Amino acid sequence: MTEPTDLPRIILVPVGSVNPRLLEFLILTLPDTFKMPCTLGPPLLDVSQAYSLVRQQYYSTELLARLLTLNQHATTKILGVTEVDLFIPILTFVFGEAQLNGPAAIISAHRLRQSFYGLPEDEALLLERCQKEALHELGHTFGLVHCQSFECVMHRSHSVEQVDLKRNSFCPMCAQTLAHNRLTLR
Amino acid sequence: MTKRPISILIVDDEPIVRESLQNWFREENYLVDVAASGKEALDKLTRQTWDLFLLDIKMPGMDGLELQRKIKQIHPSATIIIMTAYASVETAVEAMKQGAYDYLVKPFDPDDLERIVHKAVEHAQLLSENRQLRDKIEEMSRFHQIIGQSASMRRVLEQVSLVAASDTTVLIRGESGTGKELIARAIHANSARRYMPIVIVNCGALAEGVLESELFGHEKGAFTGAQYRRKGKFEMADGGTLFLDEIGDISLKTQVDLLRVLEDKTIYRVGGNTPIPVDFRLVAATNKNLEALVAEQKFREDLYYRLNVFSIALPPLRERREDIPLLAEHFLRQFAQNMNKPIHGFATDAMHMLCQYDWPGNVRELQNAIERAVLVCKGSTIEPSDLPFQVNNGPSPVPGQSLADMERHHILRVLQQTGWNISQSARLLGIDRVTLYNKIKRYHLRREPT
Ligand SMILES: [Zn+2]
Ligand SMILES: [Zn+2]
Repeated sequence: MTEPTDLPRIILVPVGSVNPRLLEFLILTLPDTFKMPCTLGPPLLDVSQAYSLVRQQYYSTELLARLLTLNQHATTKILGVTEVDLFIPILTFVFGEAQLNGPAAIISAHRLRQSFYGLPEDEALLLERCQKEALHELGHTFGLVHCQSFECVMHRSHSVEQVDLKRNSFCPMCAQTLAHNRLTLR
Repeated sequence: MTKRPISILIVDDEPIVRESLQNWFREENYLVDVAASGKEALDKLTRQTWDLFLLDIKMPGMDGLELQRKIKQIHPSATIIIMTAYASVETAVEAMKQGAYDYLVKPFDPDDLERIVHKAVEHAQLLSENRQLRDKIEEMSRFHQIIGQSASMRRVLEQVSLVAASDTTVLIRGESGTGKELIARAIHANSARRYMPIVIVNCGALAEGVLESELFGHEKGAFTGAQYRRKGKFEMADGGTLFLDEIGDISLKTQVDLLRVLEDKTIYRVGGNTPIPVDFRLVAATNKNLEALVAEQKFREDLYYRLNVFSIALPPLRERREDIPLLAEHFLRQFAQNMNKPIHGFATDAMHMLCQYDWPGNVRELQNAIERAVLVCKGSTIEPSDLPFQVNNGPSPVPGQSLADMERHHILRVLQQTGWNISQSARLLGIDRVTLYNKIKRYHLRREPT
């Protein structure tokens, strides 16, 4: 790496086995929005610790905790990307999880695929949904809370329909807060 | 009117549930607090309340059902969502019968959680708006209850309507029980701030350290036991009115702090270093002689001038005796209705006694006397024996028959009636003040301690 590591940047970490096209797409698009470089980090291959036999899903907070151990710089945001189905104990599933104002977030493509709903696969749609969820969860790490504007990427989304409804960008209000909060990162 | 964020209390014994729900609600921009047991929740409830409660059914010690009952005793209109595992859905249904708003089965479908919480929040908001409206109506009618027919009270109410419209700081002075808080509420209710809160602090009732955190709030960890960030009264009164009762009792340190807030319109929470802008109208009240306190250097002169911009003096009840029947009738109606007793009025001699008595405790004492009378009354009218005190009635027993005896007795009665207000007594007696002084000396008249 030629750039100094203490500059603000986003590190993408594949969690389990992840389609490389998805990672490439995110690395290409995230810097546009966050105005910081996005690089690929070392993968987190063994996810068995986070697996719940009862739920037959992966405990997202556990994975988040492991991602956190990878982060050495206060200015770095770590985004885990996975294709396994994520849950937290109180919810049947989550599309992703983030630390509000913290360094780490994770998203899952599992329930963003058309095939999960018995429909023919649509890669373009999947990439767009993943991008929206990545922006959303990273938004939380920059201190953004859910936005009332239903087109804003920070609008809550607890179903794919809600993901599809919103745009892959921040509304002016959220964009302003994001810009302000990004400046406080040194 | 700005919409304040909705506050939620989550009660669950499992830390993981508390934590993940807390995160979920924070991302939704709610104010979230958590409690690990029913007991902890009730402890917190003695200090503040929430718009919405999420209660787990199964908890060791006090379970969710019992906690719900206790919350409903304190806040009958509390909006409660019950959380339950699949196996105990029947209990959740039972909770619904007992007034829970809805229930969620663990683990929650994210969509269900969102839908139910948003519905419940709307419900809570509606209730709180209704409640505010009801309070408002009550506040307005309180203003009318203050209206005595006496000239002195009419003057007070003219002053209230005069000053209410402005944002001026008001100092209300008067003996205990004269209704200073009602006047403060009337000022608020007639001001442009009436749709925002009026926050009342009795400065005399709180120790200095407590008062400071009560007024300024504190950050999490500011001191032992400060587990959560808490807003102070200055912040709570933002946009509205802050009523500081018994301002004469605050310590010199708090006086300095208050002065600073009045000058900067900015506060810092205890243990915090972020300036928080506040916008409130200050109404203060005291039964003390602030000028004397200033002279004794127990009250800062600069603060005194800040507070004394517009002052309203509430007359003691003995100086507006013509209002006694009005007030007595009003309290009688109120208490008879509350206690469900068919009492229609006062026997003539009972009313006479009420009008003769000096009321050192003022309207509050009158109110208490009527409450007690209604309680002990067995018939349909309040009799003298129902009253908690004995006032001379019937023909006045005059000690001796000489003209001087009668003059002495008469002067004493007038002095007692006016609470030893010399100017007023002299006016009533039709003599000047010097003559009255001379007569007081000659007859060795003394003010009896009440
Ligand atoms: Zn979110
Ligand atoms: Zn937005």
